[in-house]
Amino acid sequence: MDRLFSPGAASANTGGFDTLFTALSILSILIVLLVGTLIVVFSVRFRKGSDVPRHRVPALHAREFEIGWTIVTAFVAVFIFWWAAGYRITDDKVPADALEIHVEAKQWMWKTQHPSGAREINALHVPRGHPVVLRMSSQDVIHSFYVPAFRLKQDVVPGRISTLWFEPTETGTYPIECAEYCGTDHARMLGEVTVMEPELYAEWSAAQPEADTLARQGAALFTAQGCSGCHAAASSVHAPPLEGVYGRPVALADGRTVLADEAYIRDSILMPRRDVVAGYEPIMPTNFDEILSLGEIAALTAYIRELGGGLPPDARVLRSPAMETER
Amino acid sequence: MSDATIDVTRGAGAPSYLSAGHRIRSWLLTTDHKRIAILYFAAITVFFLIGGAAATLMRMELFTPGADVVSADGYNKLFTLHGVIMVWFFLVPSIPTTLGNFVLPLAIGARDVAFPRLNLLSWYLTVAGGLLVLTSLLAGGVDTGWTFYTPYSSLYSNSYVTLAAMGVFVAGFGTIATGLNFIVTVHTQRTPGLTWGRLPLFVWAHYATSIIIVLGTPALAAALLMVVAERLFGLGLLDPARGGDPIIFQHVFWFYSHPAVYIMLLPGMGVVTEIITCFARRRVFGYPMMVAALLAIAVVSFFVWGHHMFVSGQSLYASLIFSFLSFVIAVPSAIKVFNWTATLYGGHITFESPMLYAMGFVGLFTLGGLSGLFLASVPIDVHVHDTYFVVAHFHYIMVGGTVAAFFAGLHFWWPKITGRTYPEAMAKAAAILMFLGFNFTFAPQFVLGYMGMPRRYHVYLDQFQVWHAASSLGAVLLAVAYILPVFYLGWSLVRGRPAGDDPWSATGLEWQTASPPPEHNFARLPIVREKPYAYHEHDEHPQEREATTHRAQGTGRTPGEARADGASGDGPRADDREEARE
Ligand code: HEC
Ligand code: HEM
Ligand SMILES: [Cu+2]
Ligand SMILES: [Cu+2]
Repeated sequence: MDRLFSPGAASANTGGFDTLFTALSILSILIVLLVGTLIVVFSVRFRKGSDVPRHRVPALHAREFEIGWTIVTAFVAVFIFWWAAGYRITDDKVPADALEIHVEAKQWMWKTQHPSGAREINALHVPRGHPVVLRMSSQDVIHSFYVPAFRLKQDVVPGRISTLWFEPTETGTYPIECAEYCGTDHARMLGEVTVMEPELYAEWSAAQPEADTLARQGAALFTAQGCSGCHAAASSVHAPPLEGVYGRPVALADGRTVLADEAYIRDSILMPRRDVVAGYEPIMPTNFDEILSLGEIAALTAYIRELGGGLPPDARVLRSPAMETER
Repeated sequence: MSDATIDVTRGAGAPSYLSAGHRIRSWLLTTDHKRIAILYFAAITVFFLIGGAAATLMRMELFTPGADVVSADGYNKLFTLHGVIMVWFFLVPSIPTTLGNFVLPLAIGARDVAFPRLNLLSWYLTVAGGLLVLTSLLAGGVDTGWTFYTPYSSLYSNSYVTLAAMGVFVAGFGTIATGLNFIVTVHTQRTPGLTWGRLPLFVWAHYATSIIIVLGTPALAAALLMVVAERLFGLGLLDPARGGDPIIFQHVFWFYSHPAVYIMLLPGMGVVTEIITCFARRRVFGYPMMVAALLAIAVVSFFVWGHHMFVSGQSLYASLIFSFLSFVIAVPSAIKVFNWTATLYGGHITFESPMLYAMGFVGLFTLGGLSGLFLASVPIDVHVHDTYFVVAHFHYIMVGGTVAAFFAGLHFWWPKITGRTYPEAMAKAAAILMFLGFNFTFAPQFVLGYMGMPRRYHVYLDQFQVWHAASSLGAVLLAVAYILPVFYLGWSLVRGRPAGDDPWSATGLEWQTASPPPEHNFARLPIVREKPYAYHEHDEHPQEREATTHRAQGTGRTPGEARADGASGDGPRADDREEARE
């Protein structure tokens, strides 16, 4: 789809949505044309000095007109209501076989957990062609889980479980955005839904717990290799905290903004001088490429990915470096 | 009309309200509704400039996807400031407290509002509220958004929420006082012969607005008090950890804030009706229907609040009822547009600047109203709620609609208020520029919303940039259109030619007294003998008129002598009435 106008269409309910939206758009254009034309025609025809006869509008006529357009507008209004409502009612029941994924929202990240135990941050992998239901809760304020490509959003309210279900139809990645204002980094509370073929999803979710152990290995390395000496919240060295950095845009010293994905994290460890975070001195050691094995780097990356998932118990307030440099 | 003969000597006998005292004291302690209107003009102009400055900074920030002008917290404070100031300190008071305060008593042939001292008090309350909000700004700002949603506002925000909420709370009482005053004034101060069926729609609109104000604003006070009590005393009503529910706040807040949209809109509808009839020289089409539509909107507006909460997790059936009622309220709104259009039929239309602004109102209100149909449809709202679609929608109604109506009314009554004319060509240019600049600024935001650009974001994904850039460029035009009047209206105060009592040959009673009006409005109260807007009859079919005297309800053709010393009617002398009241 044309990215200049459309958010893409990747779930089963977008078809109905777009039909309704298009119909309303056409109706609106027709009404604007009708009212606009009448105003222009009257303005020209009855401008001061034009020689057309003017009469009083007979009361009876006037009444007929009024009753006429009142009935027509009322009918149109009720008709649209009925159409839109019917569409919503049929969509409200969660299919029994839906894949249930838990979503936890907190300032300012999305954490998801799959039936297999696989966990993600600011990411959600789902199988194509299979209904998915999200059971969502919030740890702090109200957030809203919004995927434009699905035309769906649902507020995530603390103190209750909010439900949202959908059936992805197109593979690909689509933005998740927080739509309910939730404080400082509301605009950065983003993520990505990845719709995969069902076989790939099955493989992916089975492989995830392993990533979990990888991350645990990384946690050990993080301390052993001295990273925590600079990056821990309590450290006196001025280094960006890494909690929640994964998946976020990071502002760099040279003015660029890059997304902190796997590759970026790996490069930050191996070639720290290449992408220097804005607001920090490039003091990070440059010899990690000699010290660390490829496996260890993968473990550290996995750990940083999971970080913000609540791993360091002393870091109560999670801050992204992007946010830190902004102040 | 521009060719009306101007007789500057009219009303020269009684000093105008402007010359009734020149000391600051005579303004700050005045109980004259006309002077209070001027005080309000001054206050809301300042607030509009502050709110506008915040909007300018935001549009600059949004020109590019990254964060380049302000920080994340800075942006959050800007949109909060902008929303709070624009809604409660500009738009809610705008038309009622300035044009309403000035014109309403004149339009019903009264010497003043029913409670002149209460009127002054309401100005002080509004200003005091505004000062509290500005103090919170200077202290470091507020970052909750004008909606103060809990639990963010009650438990998490580290900004000056209490101060700002108290500011809005105090100003709310100012608004309630104004509403109460108008209701009592319309009931008790109408001049003889001015029956309910003869009231100009401007007065009806203010009456309907006042009812909403009096019934709705206490709910706002309650909502704000909940937040304050939660912050200061740890009430727990809205805190899920202690068995509360943050959604309660949303219900109470929107119970006020949806009707508040109509508090902002209905007065504009009243203004526009006066202007369209005057420049089309035509009786308003379907007067009873216009009144019924106003009252229907006022009543139904209290039952649609849940359309702001379709995605909050409220029951689907509740959503559907709110959706249905939202479609219901669209009907009277549509009827008004049709009636304004039909009023043009058979007129002798001229296009002076007030008329251009008024026609701009009709166009922008129609667009805004139609986008409301999208939002009232549950499935569409689920997608576009809290996106720029909503931002565009409410700016079309509130800024496009009401601000255009405010400017229309300002240009229409400016000669009455100041006694001066302004440069018409400049005014026309500003009106046209405002319409174009407005669409340029806000139409792209409908596309942004459909594409999924959430509101209250200072950084955004790259695909949105084209439309944001367009919107920011449009805002430049819009800013020029808003600033132009400051110059030419300011110029008119100093250099404008005397306007004459009734430069537009309009029918309202306010045009029967001098411009600017004497302190007590009318030395003799006018007596009303016919329905409003008898333009067609005056102009073309004098023999068809219901009443036989030319003084029936305002006419541009009243002989000058009849109006000397601001005396315009043959009713009891105003002073008799004053005695009767005491
Ligand atoms: C001497 C202190 C120091 C040590 C030790 C250190 N870092 Fe860093 N690190 C920094 C500083 C300062 C920056 C920011 C400047 C930059 O980007 O080079 C940074 C940046 C980073 C970034 C990019 C952060 C972002 O916000 O984008 C990552 C990832 C990172 N470090 C990981 C590590 C890992 C893994 C280790 C251990 C193997 C480590 N660092 C050891 C100081 C250190
Ligand atoms: C009388 C005039 C106006 C009123 C009543 C008004 C009202 C509002 C309100 C209520 C909000 C929501 C604030 C919030 O989300 O808490 C808002 C947001 C905004 N307005 Fe206005 N506004 C007015 C004029 C303007 C103008 C002229 C512009 C552009 C030049 C503008 C630009 C914006 C922007 C950029 C936002 C922020 C959108 C976001 O980030 O969500 N406003 N306005
Ligand atoms: Cu958010
Ligand atoms: Cu509403």
